[in-house]
Amino acid sequence: MNGAKLFNRLCAVCLTLFALIWFVPFAWAIITSLRQDGSITQAPMSPFAGGWSLHAYSFAWHNYPIGYWYLNSLVIAALAVVFTVAFCSMAGFALAFLRFPGRNVVIALVTAGLMLPTEALVLPQFIEYRSLHLLGTYWALVLPSVAAPVSVFIFQAFFKGIPTPLIEAARIDGASWWRVYWTVCMPICRPAVSTVSILTFISSWNAFLWPLLVLNQTKSQTIPVGLSSLVSNTNIQYAEVMASSVLGFLPLIAVFLVFQRRIVQGVATTGIK
Amino acid sequence: MTTVASTRPAHPMAPVHTVGQRPRRSGRRAGVLFSTPFLIIYLLFLVGPLLMGIVLSFFNTTTVKDGLGGWVGVSNYAKVLGDSLFWDAMWHSVLFTLITTPLLVGLALLFAILASRIRRGRVFYRLAFFAPYVVPSSVVALIFLWMYTPEVGLIPKLFSAVGLTAPDFIGSTSGGWTAVILMTLWWTFGFNFVLYTAAIQDVPPDVYEAAAIDGASPWQQIRLITVPLLNPTTSLVLILQILASLKVFDQIYLLLGGGPNQSTRPVIEYIYDTGFTSYRGGYGAAATMVYFVIIVAVSAAWYGLRRLRATGTAARAAA
Repeated sequence: MNGAKLFNRLCAVCLTLFALIWFVPFAWAIITSLRQDGSITQAPMSPFAGGWSLHAYSFAWHNYPIGYWYLNSLVIAALAVVFTVAFCSMAGFALAFLRFPGRNVVIALVTAGLMLPTEALVLPQFIEYRSLHLLGTYWALVLPSVAAPVSVFIFQAFFKGIPTPLIEAARIDGASWWRVYWTVCMPICRPAVSTVSILTFISSWNAFLWPLLVLNQTKSQTIPVGLSSLVSNTNIQYAEVMASSVLGFLPLIAVFLVFQRRIVQGVATTGIK
Repeated sequence: MTTVASTRPAHPMAPVHTVGQRPRRSGRRAGVLFSTPFLIIYLLFLVGPLLMGIVLSFFNTTTVKDGLGGWVGVSNYAKVLGDSLFWDAMWHSVLFTLITTPLLVGLALLFAILASRIRRGRVFYRLAFFAPYVVPSSVVALIFLWMYTPEVGLIPKLFSAVGLTAPDFIGSTSGGWTAVILMTLWWTFGFNFVLYTAAIQDVPPDVYEAAAIDGASPWQQIRLITVPLLNPTTSLVLILQILASLKVFDQIYLLLGGGPNQSTRPVIEYIYDTGFTSYRGGYGAAATMVYFVIIVAVSAAWYGLRRLRATGTAARAAA
């Protein structure tokens, strides 16, 4: 028994050590962002040399259009969430409760969609969007994330958990299918709505390659694409660059801290299904 | 999840005769109406690019102007398959997959097992390991590029502190791979960790209790109970990781730009370069389709293997 206890103690020490290592890049970015470039190059390893200030943040905010990038990311992510939840929950509802012609085709298509490596298709996707004149618009970024087979399956699984007598009772009371969906099923499925919303929000916010291709005006870019223009190994404005990257990760870390249980649950269930 | 629904009063089953012809027909119409919006978007923007890619790969389309260009038959494919740069890029993606998959799967399994033996602080570990996953790739690249900076960066300093010379993280091929792999490890490790921790929580605790009563040491418990019970999860994590690694782009593009001398350029960057630097849309589409078929073949092989194994165990159980 003592051996087992010692073993568990060892596990804890080992794991805590690694967890602390995992925090280092965040901590190092924050520390660097608070220092001055001169003292960073002179004494890179002494975090308090030269004093701390928020100067780099105001520099970054005024010199890069970070405000615009935030706004673009926010609008795109919000539109993606609204449309994904609306369309995918409706499709999930239809698949869970309704027998209609073409149901099997829809199921087959959506299942096949789970296996499609969509990121690989950026080039034909780009040419298709160009011929539809969607390049440079918010829609170019919203539409691909709405076509998410995973979200349909999350909703379908949740709807299936609703007892059918409840639906039948509502139908007998004369409720239309739309009312059953909107006033009976959606309120019950709030956990699914929030899971899909959060996961869509994060993946839309973090998308990189596609927005890089689609948005070519500096001011219309999203946070990840905008910040990628600062990636360069000749840039010696360390504090300013780190301040921008702290501004880049803070909102997501905040979202993550608030919803961490739901996010982790969502990732675990969608990954396993 | 279903508890929310079950707290409501249970309704008696509706008598069959009330559900007549009319509701069934309305159900059909509603079903079509409910699934149409999603289906349209899905067909246009998920299936659409695939069909577009197939069509384009037979034309010499350019990415600079509208229109398909001229029909060239299979010559795009012939050129892609004969292009050593394409196969180099393919090899880089495969190499990245070969290195990162065992690391990311093995370490995630190990850490998840370690975490399962500790009662307190689960939220803390989850926070530490999963937080990087929600951060955009370009932010991760900015932070790591700063940490890799020669002379002043944190990592070269750590190397010299223990008396080693740091590799040239950005300027050399092997250093570049090290840089990309370390960054990928830090960034995406949390995903597999979360999948494993969720699976470990599903292992019933009485299995361990029984084993402990029988005198199994912690190591035996891990080796003989936890790891075998996690086999289905490992198979899933493995395929998800292989598919994700084969699609690598962000890290290599941001940190190294595929360099030095394209010696780390992955396939997606190859397609990106042909399509958006040399503007050869049709050729890029052909490369896309070759790559696409490889990825689909990998996941189809996994599905096949899993089904084969499932029927195998079923047959054994029946016998």
